[in-house]
Amino acid sequence: MRNQPDWQPTATRAALKSRAQQSAFVRGFFAQRDVLEVETPILGRCGVTEPNLDGIFAQLDAQGIKGGWLQTSPEYHMKRLLAAGSDSIYQISKVFRNGERGSRHNPEFSMLEWYRTSFSDKALMEEVADLVCGWLQCPRPQVISYREAMITWAGIDPFVVSTKDLHQRCREWLEPEQLEDLSRDGCLDLLMSFAVEPSLGTETPVFINQYPASQASLARISSVDGFDVAHRFELYIDGIELCNGYWELTHPDEQRARFEADNRLRIANGKPEMEIDEAFLAAIEHGLPDCAGVALGLDRLLMLKVGTRNIADVLAFPLERA
Amino acid sequence: MASYSTNEFRGGLKVLLDGDPCIIVENEIVKPGKGQAFNRVKLRNLMTNRVWDRTFKSGESLEAADVMDHDMEYLYTDGEFWHFMLTDGSFEQYAADAKAVGDTIKWLKEQDVYTVTLYNGAPLTVTPPNFVELEVVETDPGMKGDTAQGGSKPATLSTGAVVSVPLFITIGEVLKVDTRSGEYMNRVKS
Repeated sequence: MRNQPDWQPTATRAALKSRAQQSAFVRGFFAQRDVLEVETPILGRCGVTEPNLDGIFAQLDAQGIKGGWLQTSPEYHMKRLLAAGSDSIYQISKVFRNGERGSRHNPEFSMLEWYRTSFSDKALMEEVADLVCGWLQCPRPQVISYREAMITWAGIDPFVVSTKDLHQRCREWLEPEQLEDLSRDGCLDLLMSFAVEPSLGTETPVFINQYPASQASLARISSVDGFDVAHRFELYIDGIELCNGYWELTHPDEQRARFEADNRLRIANGKPEMEIDEAFLAAIEHGLPDCAGVALGLDRLLMLKVGTRNIADVLAFPLERA
Repeated sequence: MASYSTNEFRGGLKVLLDGDPCIIVENEIVKPGKGQAFNRVKLRNLMTNRVWDRTFKSGESLEAADVMDHDMEYLYTDGEFWHFMLTDGSFEQYAADAKAVGDTIKWLKEQDVYTVTLYNGAPLTVTPPNFVELEVVETDPGMKGDTAQGGSKPATLSTGAVVSVPLFITIGEVLKVDTRSGEYMNRVKS
């Protein structure tokens, strides 16, 4: 007998229906707040320099344009719209991250990304809470700083801990030879994922904010208690990381410097160097309005809504059946 | 030998860890949005059968273990080794020691076919088929008329395995037994 391929969906009809309701809820939420829905390319000319994100290369060949990237996030295109004067915008789109597959990851997933002009990270956190708690009917999140969370659950102060003590703490998960070439931020990521995250948001949702400046990505930086922290936040519910938000960096030189630093890190980690998105930088040069932006994983939001720990339960066809 | 990076890790993959051949049971990616990704991996050590939980940085790799499953016919034992022969027509023979044979010893019947796992060319484990058919060599006398309900008794099979069987089973009958649970399934008409 021939082996039948798994052709059936992994999500129940109820989960599919919940997804449709979730999309309608999101669109209603933003319509009420007069935020414009936009669509930007899923297939872009450039990828990202982010050291820990890999897009998927597409063998594009169309009248002289060769090669493209399935986007890891609609961020750069949306910021170009903002620079062009779109005002506040949102988008529900498919995004792609190579290599990420598991109970909480599918290489292709749905992202809700939105930008609010003249919002700070603080104001945007309130709006994230309105949206998420409105949909999940959960209590509003408490806010815990990255430093406080690390001290509480990992037992180290991320801003002052010595490399030796940090490595010692990481020994619970990694061997000394594995730690040799792991950066300080890599160690902190390990502790965040294994020691802190599982405890986050089990009672009520939790925002983590004030990340170390070294993990700022595209966020502004300011000084808190004498330490440089990023205006970046993440929301955790039931130990699941739901979104990542920034008070956006608007300075073009700083932006270029961070891309170049990313590429140096990529090379050091044996990853291919990525072409810097000059169209994006030109838009920032032209002027990104003061804004805050956030990307939220819609599949994970739906996992929380239907009460599952497995992303396949909310996807019609996860990669293995796609 | 080839090696596998964390992206290639999947259930069933055989790799070398701390010098021992292991089979990957589970691989879970753990990754903060923009941060370093890690893989939480469950592996079963094929030498000890112990399950290990290990964490890897994404991109790390493990050497592939030269572990292969082969169908082999059981030939005989000389008391120290159990001898098997490949069924692919090569007549190549392998000697498995007591450690490799393990609990399978109680299901070994000459001329039956078993899965012999070779590690670097030497038998590492011997796995019986899910079902074997063996003759009863010892059991209490059968009770006539008691064919359907209730009651069981031990029966010793030709290989030495003892299984629980219904009361009507008699010496000389051939039984089908599930080797995973050690349970009697049914009588086999011979």
